[in-house]
Amino acid sequence: MASEKVMHVSDSEFDTKVVGNELPCLVDFWAPWCGPCKAIGPVIDELAEEFDGRVQIAKMNVDDNPATPGKFGIRAIPTLILFKGGEVVDQITGAVGKAQLQDLIKKAL
Amino acid sequence: MQQAEYQLIIVGGGPAGLTAGLYAARGRLKALLVEKGATGGQVLVTDWVDNYPGFVEGISGFELMDRMTAHADRFGLEKKFANVTALDLEGPVKKVHLEDDATLTARTVILCTGARPSKLGVPGEEELVGRGVSYCATCDGPFYRDQEIAVVGGGNTAIQEALHLTKFARKVTVIHRRDQLRATRILQEKAFANDKIHFLWNARVTAIVGGKDGVERLEISFTDTSSTTLAVTGIFIFIGVVPNNEVLPLDQLQTDEAGFIITDTEMRTNLDGVFAAGDIRSKNFRQIINAAGEGATAELSAEHYLGSQA
Repeated sequence: MASEKVMHVSDSEFDTKVVGNELPCLVDFWAPWCGPCKAIGPVIDELAEEFDGRVQIAKMNVDDNPATPGKFGIRAIPTLILFKGGEVVDQITGAVGKAQLQDLIKKAL
Repeated sequence: MQQAEYQLIIVGGGPAGLTAGLYAARGRLKALLVEKGATGGQVLVTDWVDNYPGFVEGISGFELMDRMTAHADRFGLEKKFANVTALDLEGPVKKVHLEDDATLTARTVILCTGARPSKLGVPGEEELVGRGVSYCATCDGPFYRDQEIAVVGGGNTAIQEALHLTKFARKVTVIHRRDQLRATRILQEKAFANDKIHFLWNARVTAIVGGKDGVERLEISFTDTSSTTLAVTGIFIFIGVVPNNEVLPLDQLQTDEAGFIITDTEMRTNLDGVFAAGDIRSKNFRQIINAAGEGATAELSAEHYLGSQA
């Protein structure tokens, strides 16, 4: 089930909601036509529940928002980028498992 | 005999697993399908499926798997989304260990763990994944609008996806190690008729070169020992598959040299009560339709086995 704790962000909101967020942010760059993005969807929802209050889990649809993915050189999805204080901490591309994403997120804690 | 929680556990939710699940749910078995991500398997990333009988106009891989999932759901198939970490398949009660340390037990198991794309194994490949190196044209194709890219391989997947990529890229160079394609004739005809698709025959990629902005060029050598470089921003690799067998007990199960599970025509493995179906099986042809067919056979064999043990 989709978690209400996942924040959906657009290009115009990116600076305030992600860069300016007081929590570290994990942004899942995805698109509706991407099978592996769908595959990790349930994991993203679980992570949003698990890290609630410590890390903000966010999603950006790259179809509707081309500017931000372009800025970060994204050429494959799903790509997940971890931000802390507006800076990129680390990133992963591809449908990886939950444990790998947990390890990624912990780099910002 | 020890009690098992389930009559049947299906490991993996691609076309083989979902079909086995559909049959098991209709057969009113106490059955569970365990899947690590979303159901659908490799077909989820397949652009278009033109050869699944009954879908006269073709169907997107994504939608076909949505429908297979819904079909199994209609009969109430129980599903669990978790990573399997280990399997113990010997004896009358099979054990399926999950990542959260839970252990499930079943009288029979059908292994449908599938396969994943092979890597080229050349310098630059690992480093440039996501920055020009891709194994999924439907995922990453739209990032290559008006660019020049390469596809490696000469089989059905390579040519189908090369055709798909011409919707975005300005030029698609198919790099194939032989002098003719293995892909089915209709795909070959489409590829040869498409003026965006070019071919490099008898060619092998020896290195992928790039910088911080991603892939810049490929080093290519030919069978006659000449070599060249090809400037591309993306390389899509479709050179076959390797088995998803990491969680399988390879000390218990009989597999072929490449690590695919050997079964008989009824999908029975060397272990009593353990069956395999789909791309994880040792076989020549990996098609959605035969994965589904094998899933049905495996489930019926499992029912037969349960009946014989009752």
